[in-house]
Amino acid sequence: MLEVSGLVKRFGGFIAVNNVSFKVDRGEILGLIGPNGSGKSTIFNMLSGTLAPSSGSIRFDGSEIAGLAPHRIINRGIGRTFQIPRPFRRLSIFENVALAAFYGQGRHSRVKAEEGAERALALVGLPTDRHASVDGLGAAGLKKLELAKALATGPKLLLADESLGGLDEAEMGQAADMLRNIRDELGITIIWVEHIMGVLMRVVDRVMVLDHGEKISEGLPSAVAGDPRVIEVYLGTDAETTQAAAAEARRRAGGQ
Amino acid sequence: MTGRLVAWGAGLIALVALPFLYRDPYHLHILVLILIWSFAYTSWSMMGRFGLVSLGHGGFMGIGAYVTALLWNHLGWSPWVGIPVSMIAAGVLALIIGYPCFRFRITGHYFVLVTLALSGIVLQVITATRDYTGGSLGYTPNRASGNKLLALQFDDKTSWYLVALAVWFSGIIVWHVIDRSMSRYALEAISEDEDAAAAAGVNVTAEKLKITLISAVMTALAGAVYCQYQMFITPDTVSGIAVSLQMVFAAIVGGLFVSLGPTIGAVITILLAETLRIGFGTKAVGWDNLVYGVLLVLFIIFLPKGILGSVLDRLKPQRKVPRAHEQKAVQIARPGT
Repeated sequence: MLEVSGLVKRFGGFIAVNNVSFKVDRGEILGLIGPNGSGKSTIFNMLSGTLAPSSGSIRFDGSEIAGLAPHRIINRGIGRTFQIPRPFRRLSIFENVALAAFYGQGRHSRVKAEEGAERALALVGLPTDRHASVDGLGAAGLKKLELAKALATGPKLLLADESLGGLDEAEMGQAADMLRNIRDELGITIIWVEHIMGVLMRVVDRVMVLDHGEKISEGLPSAVAGDPRVIEVYLGTDAETTQAAAAEARRRAGGQ
Repeated sequence: MTGRLVAWGAGLIALVALPFLYRDPYHLHILVLILIWSFAYTSWSMMGRFGLVSLGHGGFMGIGAYVTALLWNHLGWSPWVGIPVSMIAAGVLALIIGYPCFRFRITGHYFVLVTLALSGIVLQVITATRDYTGGSLGYTPNRASGNKLLALQFDDKTSWYLVALAVWFSGIIVWHVIDRSMSRYALEAISEDEDAAAAAGVNVTAEKLKITLISAVMTALAGAVYCQYQMFITPDTVSGIAVSLQMVFAAIVGGLFVSLGPTIGAVITILLAETLRIGFGTKAVGWDNLVYGVLLVLFIIFLPKGILGSVLDRLKPQRKVPRAHEQKAVQIARPGT
């Protein structure tokens, strides 16, 4: 469904993403991990059109989308969430999502957009009351709103950017389950960028690991978590998590 | 909802009936001025309410006035043709200025500066082409020898009052149409976070251009109507930075986020100017600008929603839609903060 090849992004002399290629199949959840500054968000920004790639190709459903404006990419069916939720506080919760439903799907009908907004809000578990203010939402609520906005644009591919940051254990589990439900029930393909490896490893089908803008490993969660290069990258920064995730992944692999 | 419509209907009937019941020409003159300027201020606030602060609207107004008058005097084109042409000219200029600004993300202070330059340039062009425009001495459309309606020149205040009322009311309607459209959601979103708006599928550049175009074209109409009514224009009365600043002032004082806010702003500015003119005569020339400046500072600090916005908030403490954002009017008045 998505085919990225030779993707490069330079900022002046700094190479943020260096010759990264990967594929995403329809209906899978691909995890994208890597330390801070490894280029995950930059890749997301290029996929969603916020940044134009310096070179390389991004093919989505058979057509080239690299360098298209964000609203065009969204209308083709790639929705995104932001790492830090970016709600529109001048609009109510419902209006936030209705906006995404209206503009994200090619501005067809306001009535349809409002129905779409209600569905998306119900799906993530937010009130569908038209006048509820964004100011009443906490961290978990804002994440849900961010997800509802992305879903309302009617994506075939959802780019979920570190959607669990700032949540507690229980909320994290719920959010991870929600992503899986979105894939299972709506058939939406997902690329999930996340710092917290443990939860991610439990949900994704495949993982890709980035470091310094380069792809260093890719494969099943169990294989990647045991990859010495991955452990090296995470050692010192996030070693315990990596090992816990590796153990978890091995347990899962062994149990199946 | 129906109650509101009834109130609007009754108010409108009263306004239409007024000149037939009350014929004092001076007071009607003041009312016509208030209506024309209200329309200009409403046009400005179409963009201003979404954080697109323009100090270039004096330019659009000047184009409306001068293009209409020049076409009439030099080519003999009726204002019925000249006014649409002037509106198109203002629209084209708005696109020329707006497109690069929006495409390359010139926002906040920088956008204000670009539009400020526009104001200055239009003023300079009018002054520099004095062979045609009369320069700073001003310009008078030729008196019509034939059909007054064709020339859009009326001798009685009642006709002008009705024309101005219709123009003003059309501005209020446009305001409400936009307020209820999805474009309002998009523009509110853009004014907060352009990237997030784009991620929701909004074509940021196109939405901003659209509202800028509507605003500029309406402002040109205001300039043209003003010219036809006064039959005398100078660069300083219909264009330039002073006029642009006056629009910002009136819209903020009246209330940016309510449809009648700019109208209240016009009532205040014009009554203030007239009071100073009558009370102090030529000694007070320019005082109104001084008072505007002081008032503007006070309003931005103490009453950022403007007079009407604040009054409506008091009357309706429990509004349907929470509009916490309106407190951010300060940010609109001082972009970038």
